[in-house]
Amino acid sequence: MEAHEPHIRVRDLTMAFGSTVVMRDLTFEIGRGDIFVIMGGSGSGKSTLLRHMIGLLEPARGEVIYGSTSFTAAEPEVREQILRRCGILYQGGALWSALTLSENVALPLEQYTQLDAAEIREIAALKLALVGLGGFEDYYPSEVSGGMQKRAGLARAMALDPEVLYFDEPSAGLDPLSSRRLDELILELRASLRATVIVVTHELASIFAIGDHSVFLDAESHTLLAQGDPKELRDHCPDPRVHSFLTRGGDPPPGAGA
Amino acid sequence: MGSELAFARPDDETLEVRLAGDWLLCSARPSPLAVDRELASRPARRVRISAQDVGAWDTGLLSFVHAVLAACRARSIDVDRAGLPHGVQRLLALAEAVPERHHAPRVEPPGTWLEHLGTGTIARGRSAAGFLGFLGQTTLALGRFITLRARYQARDLWLLMQQCGVEALPIVALIAFLVGLILAFVGAVQLRQFGAQIYIADLVALGMAREMGALMTGVIMAGRSGAAFAAQLGTMKVNQEVDALQTLGIPPIEYLVVPRVIALSLMMPLLCVLAIVIGIVGGAVVGIGLLDIRPAEYALRTLQAVTITSAGVGLAKSLVFGVLVALAGCLRGMRASGSAAAVGDAATSAVVTGIVLIVCADGLFALLTHALGI
Repeated sequence: MEAHEPHIRVRDLTMAFGSTVVMRDLTFEIGRGDIFVIMGGSGSGKSTLLRHMIGLLEPARGEVIYGSTSFTAAEPEVREQILRRCGILYQGGALWSALTLSENVALPLEQYTQLDAAEIREIAALKLALVGLGGFEDYYPSEVSGGMQKRAGLARAMALDPEVLYFDEPSAGLDPLSSRRLDELILELRASLRATVIVVTHELASIFAIGDHSVFLDAESHTLLAQGDPKELRDHCPDPRVHSFLTRGGDPPPGAGA
Repeated sequence: MGSELAFARPDDETLEVRLAGDWLLCSARPSPLAVDRELASRPARRVRISAQDVGAWDTGLLSFVHAVLAACRARSIDVDRAGLPHGVQRLLALAEAVPERHHAPRVEPPGTWLEHLGTGTIARGRSAAGFLGFLGQTTLALGRFITLRARYQARDLWLLMQQCGVEALPIVALIAFLVGLILAFVGAVQLRQFGAQIYIADLVALGMAREMGALMTGVIMAGRSGAAFAAQLGTMKVNQEVDALQTLGIPPIEYLVVPRVIALSLMMPLLCVLAIVIGIVGGAVVGIGLLDIRPAEYALRTLQAVTITSAGVGLAKSLVFGVLVALAGCLRGMRASGSAAAVGDAATSAVVTGIVLIVCADGLFALLTHALGI
């Protein structure tokens, strides 16, 4: 497996709701095993981009390509196969409230593997232990805290050993310590599972802590303003909007045209 | 390549577990029990796992190793994991990083029938007390509404009246027409045997005015507005919108429950009048069309049959049914708590409670009117 062969490519993607264009002409590549950050201010369309990449929304133009297969042009069966190799952690965890944490993790395993019930229960417990929720198998989502729901959502996202893990605002609603622990968990999972990780966030601390590569979406110009290693962008990006975002409104970099 | 498991004994005290091939969830893998059996047949003091020849792996390998570790821990045997792939070692460390929380078992042991009876009775008692509390608060709030001191939005009240009045017209009309039709058909078969077809008009008119008009409207509104009230208030409760009202000093009962009770109890008698008229029309279609009763004759018999008293009884019933349905819906909605699933439960139980209350009240009305001779 080559280190930086592109895993996912987004080509000329234009996202629109009716006649309202959210973002236009997005083109970028995500390397295999990268932690890729989609950042931007509130309302810039970060989550919308994520929803386009996993097929919950259809692009107005352009395409998303996984490996060598165009996801946008694919038949529903092919899409399903691609999505089965993706794990998605939604903003609020999106756990099914009528199922226990263990049953939440077990559902994808029951649907897509031929394992017997005891083995599935075993694996669900193991996945929950991976995110620090050992012993909470029989709790319902409403009985655990928001941070725990999020981690349980991560355990469910990892149930089928995905090649791609999507995180939608992983630190939203978490205290700084929990959010840092989640960052560490993401790094650890990337290293041990060898998965490609795509994170939608505007949390600077976590962007710099985990991001290898990033794109910056701007709400006003409706396009991608910069891409690259977020730390590089902070120190060297000439665009004042990107710089101001990455330094929480700090002074523009020396020599940048205002 | 399938997954392979082999054992070796480098020395007397060590068991070497050799893993090879691909260890994937989607293919058959050896059971971790094999290691346990091997240890049982010939004890060892150390277990070494070597996995140099493992190809592709995923959770299949991880869960196998995890189970082997648990088995060895139970026998207090040391396990040397250095031979495992690096990723597996890190994941195992992660899984063991947070000690498993020990807690009271979630599934409570089944108690004796006496215990069930006791807890059931206490729960019913609490729920009844809650209902009485709700009823009391609502009565006080209605009092403030009548004396024009209640806090609510007049706009909300108009909107609610539109939702549970005007928008319910078509369905109420359709059901009432069909009920009138059915009453006439069922009556016709019996009355024709005695040549007493003309009494169809009396039967339909009295039946609709005293009984079926109010009852059918009540049932429709329980399914329509009662469920809607429970879902609206339940969603607001789950989203903490009710808490936000409370902390602003606006009593949720006045702001949310009172307008709904008022709107439904004002609209129900109007809908009931409509149902009675349409029902009589439905009966007339059968009477005039099938039984050859002359229209003027049918109209005359109908007018003679429906006295102001029997129409009044029907309308009084519908007013009471309206209050009951609204109360059941609002009570279930305000009681909802926790998750989105609670909203669905609230809507379901609002309909059930509403219909049960309507039928019980109808029974009381029957006794009461009989005793009073009206």
